[in-house]
Amino acid sequence: MQALKERWPLQTETKGEHFHPPSVIGTILRKLHIDIPLFIGLFLACALSFLILYSASGQNVAVLIRQAARIGLAFVVMIVLAHINPRQFYRHSAMLYVVGVMLLIAVLVVGLVGKGAQRWLDLGFFRFQPSEMIKITTPMMIAWYLSGIALPPKPKQLLMAGIMIIIPTVLIAKQPDLGTSLLVASSGAAVLFFAGLSWRFMMATGLVLTSLAPVLWHFMRDYQRGRVLTFLNPEADPMGKGYHIIQSKIAIGSGGIHGKGWLGSTQSNLDFLPESSTDFIFAVFAEEFGLSGCLGLLILYLLIISRCFYIAVQAQDTYNRLLAGSLTLTFFVYVFVNIGMVIGVLPVVGVPLPLISYGGTSMVTLLAGFGILMSIHTHRKFLPT
Amino acid sequence: MVRIYAFKDPLAENRMFLSRVVVVFIFIILLMFGLVARLIYLQITGHEHYSTMAKSNRIKSVPLPPTRGIIYDREGRVLAENTPSYSLELVPEQIKDLNSTLLRLQSLLNISDEKIAQFLKQKKRAKHFSSIPLLLRLTDEEVARFSVVRPHFPGVDVYARLVRHYPYDFLTAHVVGYVGRINEKELKNLPVSEYRGTHYVGKIGIEKFYERQLHGQTGYSEIETNAQGRAIKTISSSDPEPGANIYLTLDIDLQKTAYDALQGYKGAVVAIEIKTGDVLVFISRPGFDPNPFVYGISQKAYNALQLSEDRPLFNRALRGQYPPGSTIKPFIGLAGLEYNITEFQHNLYCPGFYQLPKFKHKYRDWKKWGHGLVDLNDAITQSCDVYFYDLARTLGIDRIHTFLQKFGFGEKTGIDLEGEKSGLLPSRAWKSKAKNLPWYPGETLITGIGQGFTQVTPLQLARATATLANQGKVVMPHLAASIINANYATTPQSESEKHITLQEKNLQDIVSAMINVVHGERGTARTLRAGINYVIAGKTGTAQVFTVKQEEKYKEEELDIKLRDHALFMSFAPANDPQIAVAVIVENGGHGGSVAAPIAGKIMKQFLMPHAGSEGEMAIAN
Repeated sequence: MQALKERWPLQTETKGEHFHPPSVIGTILRKLHIDIPLFIGLFLACALSFLILYSASGQNVAVLIRQAARIGLAFVVMIVLAHINPRQFYRHSAMLYVVGVMLLIAVLVVGLVGKGAQRWLDLGFFRFQPSEMIKITTPMMIAWYLSGIALPPKPKQLLMAGIMIIIPTVLIAKQPDLGTSLLVASSGAAVLFFAGLSWRFMMATGLVLTSLAPVLWHFMRDYQRGRVLTFLNPEADPMGKGYHIIQSKIAIGSGGIHGKGWLGSTQSNLDFLPESSTDFIFAVFAEEFGLSGCLGLLILYLLIISRCFYIAVQAQDTYNRLLAGSLTLTFFVYVFVNIGMVIGVLPVVGVPLPLISYGGTSMVTLLAGFGILMSIHTHRKFLPT
Repeated sequence: MVRIYAFKDPLAENRMFLSRVVVVFIFIILLMFGLVARLIYLQITGHEHYSTMAKSNRIKSVPLPPTRGIIYDREGRVLAENTPSYSLELVPEQIKDLNSTLLRLQSLLNISDEKIAQFLKQKKRAKHFSSIPLLLRLTDEEVARFSVVRPHFPGVDVYARLVRHYPYDFLTAHVVGYVGRINEKELKNLPVSEYRGTHYVGKIGIEKFYERQLHGQTGYSEIETNAQGRAIKTISSSDPEPGANIYLTLDIDLQKTAYDALQGYKGAVVAIEIKTGDVLVFISRPGFDPNPFVYGISQKAYNALQLSEDRPLFNRALRGQYPPGSTIKPFIGLAGLEYNITEFQHNLYCPGFYQLPKFKHKYRDWKKWGHGLVDLNDAITQSCDVYFYDLARTLGIDRIHTFLQKFGFGEKTGIDLEGEKSGLLPSRAWKSKAKNLPWYPGETLITGIGQGFTQVTPLQLARATATLANQGKVVMPHLAASIINANYATTPQSESEKHITLQEKNLQDIVSAMINVVHGERGTARTLRAGINYVIAGKTGTAQVFTVKQEEKYKEEELDIKLRDHALFMSFAPANDPQIAVAVIVENGGHGGSVAAPIAGKIMKQFLMPHAGSEGEMAIAN
């Protein structure tokens, strides 16, 4: 009861809004099922993306146009999802999950090879990456499963959830796409965590995973091992495997406090920094806008995450809460893994900087997630006083 | 879909969720702080370090090599110049498949495998994105042939470069020397920043000795480049300072005369202007063409030069060490007079041999039946050995050594060329050190006639002659007259402080005897006196290459040409106002008077009677 009381004032505020004569815009937005603070945050991030992409791509307008198209598509997907009642997500969770897993199997069998890995499925009119879809359907599935049982989950139920997580993780790892498979695993694990997984169990799992590291090493491909080794000591091969991370650090470090100014990145403009538009775009940002710019960007991310957690806390049933919490945490994991890799504290895994990096599929998936969050938030039923 | 709902506690679940969100949020903030800490470390603590690295990433300093100085003779005629030449150059980093490109070029332009190997060797030590020459001195046809297919060869281009050229090739090879590609050993000793854009360095001769002056100062251009090494823009540049031009004391006309006069022989000629020490002639024959060395001589051609019995690469004038033979006699005679051992008019009977008391060994005179009664004048004029055996014995090796050393025998002249040999002036100390043996009296005798251990270089002999002509004022031979650069013009120090104190009368006596060698009725170089309006003082010499045994007879015709005596001649003119001193050594030339002296005569005549022309030569033949 205490918890409910604590939450109450928050709800009354929203409710108050409801009772006062609603503004025209407010009404329209409510009808559109758009969460304004989140929308503003996402909009700002996408605007920043344009700014920095223009510089990182060598002032290539064509790149900006393509990115605009993707962002546009992603926003459409987000708004469409925001209109769907979360009950529908709940109802179709298992089905979507099974479809996703089957698509992953299909990719392994008939998928297209791109950059040495099978990730794409050619559907004739467009190419589709099932691993992106599973990023959302896995937490949906776990949330659906857990919302149907008494929480915290019992060992048998945990095992079930574990299997549900491991199946897509292994399938994606086989493509091979270690980065995405770990993200999928973590999105599933996040649901378990929010569902009240005991600390003792988590620590035990952590220990087991650590002790399994050599086994994992054994199954890793050469390029994956190389990445880990390079992470541990990039200076060992400065012109080869370590080149990427060294150039990235040079870019960030040379930015200093205030940065070199927009379009002032020499590391990116003169092509010393590879993949400056995609995975390493944060280095360009840090070089041009310096520490102050980086702090601003991190604060923007933190604000988006805060709003998402607020939405999660406000959610009215377990499924919505768990799903919202997991999507939010996964978003942070993206941010942290990408920035951590670019600044040289994590190994290089192919994770783009959410909302900023050039690239279509991940942008759509991300905004789809935010669409679900908006849907959860805007489809609440208000309790009578 | 039907689901059986277990008993749930929504409030507890909600509470649990809320607490987990709080935990996660705190965790997220902590991780964010971690990222910020790392960013502070990179962008504040490491800012300077990474800024420098970013700068060195993009800014490359490109050397602007200076133009090498030109070498002239004393009249301003060009001995070494820079001529434009087309070269085919490759930037390996801009070529996708180097091996196939090389193969295609090879068939297009007929490039030898050797050149390919040379290119690959050079590529190894070249800087990234530098242009490496594959083929030099392209003909117009080759340039045209490549130009047609140029679009198919990215990273390959034809450049016009300045290449060293020696218009007088054979005449100046041993003096001016040549430049060649910098090799690995030289690279270690050269100042790196100065030679970053330079491909050539002086290898021998003046080119080597005055390398730093001729080279000039390298300029630098700071260029912003991208990761592929392509230049984006020039940030700053400092112009190179061209190398200094050098005027040599050499007279290329005299040089040619001397070279031509040695036609058919191996030998050396050195002529020095007495008053200044200017080296007018510096010839070692056979010579060689230095030009192929510039663009990379083929191994075959180099081996031919290296293994040739005539040793064309050997600088005889500078490094050839020969017994002086009778050319030493004026100096020994002067020593005798200076030490008051003998008088000019002192007579001695020459029976054709000389014997030390208590020894059976006969030291022979070149004239088997002897010269009869001779004084010092006759002994020099007719080159009587017996007289000098006796004089040397009386002088003793110590005084001979001390006296000859003053004229620069046994030590380097200090000429501005590298690798000079010091010859050998024997002494007791030298012999005990070098051979661990005492000095034997007989060795003093043969030292007196310029045989035995004594060895001189043609340059030393010319210098000693010039010093004698200069009345004891030591002449310092040198080749560079002036070194002229945009900022300075220097004249290398040539005045010597050293002055040998000699009695004027003794000097006059010796010179008069040397005049008689050329102008006297019985002089050994009588042929020289025809057709000249000045007086020459000289001395012939014949140096034994082969020791004739006691009872054998030296028959020139029967001897292998390699074992024949060396012919020598030392001289200066005009005797009353000495201007030019000439030393000539003709290997296996036989007699000094007949082979070596006419060469010196031609040079002196051309120098002192420049307008006599060829009629002069006709007159000599009378």
